[in-house]
Amino acid sequence: MDLWYTERHTDDVKFSIRVDRQLASYTSEFQRIDIFESKEFGRILTLDGYLMVTQKDEYIYHEMITHVPMATNPDIKNVLVVGGGDGGTVRELCRYKSIENIDMVEIDEMVVKLCKEYIPSISCALDDERVHIYYEDGMRFVRTTEDSKYDLIIVDSTDPFGVGEGLFTKEFYGNCYRSLNDNGILVNQHESTFYDSYANSMKRAHSRIKEFFSTALVYQAHIPTYPSGHWLFGFASKKYDPRTDLHADWWNSLGLKTRYYNTVLHTGCFAIPNNVRDVLRETK
Amino acid sequence: MPLNQNYAPLYEAMRNFRINRVVPFDVPGHKGGRGNQELTDFLGINCMKADVNSMKPLDNLCHPVSVIKEAQALAAEAFGAKNSFFIVNGTTGSVQAMIMSVCKENDKLIMPRNVHRSAINALVVNGAVPVYVNPGVNKELGIPLGMSVADVEKAIKENPDAKAVLINNPTYYGVCSDLKAIVELAHKHNMMALVDEAHGTHFYFGENMPASAMSVGADMAAVSMHKSGGSLTQSSILLLGDSVNADYVRQVINLTQTTSGSYLLMSSLDIARKNLAMNGRQIFSKAVEYAQYARNEINKIGGYYAFGSELKDNDAFFDFDKTKLSVNTINIGLAGIEVYDLLRDEYNIQIEFGDIGNILAYISAGDRSLEIERLISALSEIKRRYSKDRSGMFDHEYINPQVVLSPKKAFFSDKTTTALDKCSDMICGEFVMCYPPGIPILAPGERITREIIDYINYAKDKGCFLTGTQDMSVTSLQTVNI
Repeated sequence: MDLWYTERHTDDVKFSIRVDRQLASYTSEFQRIDIFESKEFGRILTLDGYLMVTQKDEYIYHEMITHVPMATNPDIKNVLVVGGGDGGTVRELCRYKSIENIDMVEIDEMVVKLCKEYIPSISCALDDERVHIYYEDGMRFVRTTEDSKYDLIIVDSTDPFGVGEGLFTKEFYGNCYRSLNDNGILVNQHESTFYDSYANSMKRAHSRIKEFFSTALVYQAHIPTYPSGHWLFGFASKKYDPRTDLHADWWNSLGLKTRYYNTVLHTGCFAIPNNVRDVLRETK
Repeated sequence: MPLNQNYAPLYEAMRNFRINRVVPFDVPGHKGGRGNQELTDFLGINCMKADVNSMKPLDNLCHPVSVIKEAQALAAEAFGAKNSFFIVNGTTGSVQAMIMSVCKENDKLIMPRNVHRSAINALVVNGAVPVYVNPGVNKELGIPLGMSVADVEKAIKENPDAKAVLINNPTYYGVCSDLKAIVELAHKHNMMALVDEAHGTHFYFGENMPASAMSVGADMAAVSMHKSGGSLTQSSILLLGDSVNADYVRQVINLTQTTSGSYLLMSSLDIARKNLAMNGRQIFSKAVEYAQYARNEINKIGGYYAFGSELKDNDAFFDFDKTKLSVNTINIGLAGIEVYDLLRDEYNIQIEFGDIGNILAYISAGDRSLEIERLISALSEIKRRYSKDRSGMFDHEYINPQVVLSPKKAFFSDKTTTALDKCSDMICGEFVMCYPPGIPILAPGERITREIIDYINYAKDKGCFLTGTQDMSVTSLQTVNI
């Protein structure tokens, strides 16, 4: 059988993975959710046809979106994850005994249900007793969050054209700022600069975050299944600079086994290439 | 026998016409888009191919005998009217046709002062004279309301020779007068009841809506299908009741309406009517649900007041259009226009209008909860980041007009350019209004007072978009030479 999953990275570029079989297909109130089994990438979650995670390379994204802020401030105890219904971000956070509470707000309960059923290697920590899942709109959740509640907010969203659109807006970042305490860190999925359509979202997101936070940086990772393979994260904080506030000894003493992140890479991932730097310079 | 509302005759005729691949040696010269590639790339080939001219299979708007006539009959039935006309010159066209069909030079027309400029424009053109009924005003919100029945009755008694009463249903802010009582009152005194329903299309199709003009026996109504009805901008429908001579109204419409009626606009009316007739109930219950949710959430933010049915008073605020999301901003120390500007400039959210004390967001079935959440969050952020002390805010905005000359006489008289600050006590020869909502601060023939000049200066200072004047910067006005 010759069955392929294809995502259009641009109007003129396609990315395809041979699929062994389709495990689930469900149209929720918000989006179409599909899970495929593939030989090369293992199980694959797509939302409205866009690839979200694959078993083969998800660790890169989930390690980078969590360990970079965690190694910057060892005192992080109260975390909000916006989106992240596959559970990968929560899985990495749950490895820290020092974290006391994780609120996860995911708009689509069906994503969580299907990931729990079909991709337990990623969703395995969603039942941890420190994790509280709220099925509602992420923007509404942060708007109604009390001031200074969280130490860390991770925005683990889809692309800004669809369900996740609101999570790239100024009103959302402003409410995140308000919901973070003075030591607060905001990390977000920050798109990429290689293709224009993603670059524009990335620029807008960056300039909006910069308006609120004294530190607003981007860092990079190489994620083979994301458009261009080169992906960015945003790091914003009211207080910390991740390059100088890294607690490497502390983090290494935890003995967490990772496959991508390490404390040398921690500083290095903020060294961004000129093509990204130039795009960032274009933002206000 | 009832007509089949699931049928759209004009749309069907246009589809058949396209399938037949008729060779065009008529206008428009772009010939289905081939003659203007850039425009075709921008608007899409389907749009260009639908831009055709009147011809036998597609009927003629000026003299409809086939598919346009059928489409208008379907629209009339859907709205509960005797007749309907498709209008391609906006609801401005509908309102003017309505007024010019019942009033001639020097005839009196009773109407609230918070009419849209199109109504007074009609008076400038045909020479009828306005008799203004002061709308009730909610002092706290600074908005004009509907007309109280008692005030209309007083105006009728004082002007028994008036030809008609014009009623807004609803106002821009969603406020309704007691339409049924006013229509009955007008009829009792042999006056026509004309209704500006620019913001009331959904009253005909939604559940638990305020009364519509045709449902209470009004004679004519102008409905902006392109606002809540879902047709293209500039398309509108004029509805006629039993008492009106439709053939005469058609002649009046043809005095000013184009002879090249756009088939894009007309087909959009036909398709929108079908959609409303088939799905209107669900469409508007969704809009009400969104608006109601937003009202509750915005009121929880504090400072803002998203007002609603609780203000109904059985008088000038007789009923409320629950699809409207009007929010008073005075208590966060910002003018509505300032919030309107912040929403656009800082948050990329375009709302319908902001005036001195309020903003209005237009909610429809085309919205998604995502956008509703963005609006609420942005308002919450604007309060957090920009709110000020409310002192110094202008606290009322309705100013009683003093009509000295008829709008036509004033507009066409000899005039002088006078600096705004020197205009006090003079007679205005032109319109001054904030747009939107397009309700005149001054109309031709009205006395300019110090209070009005202060109001104009304040509105300018707050960033309101003032229009209507010859002087685009509104630093001077045209005043009538006496």
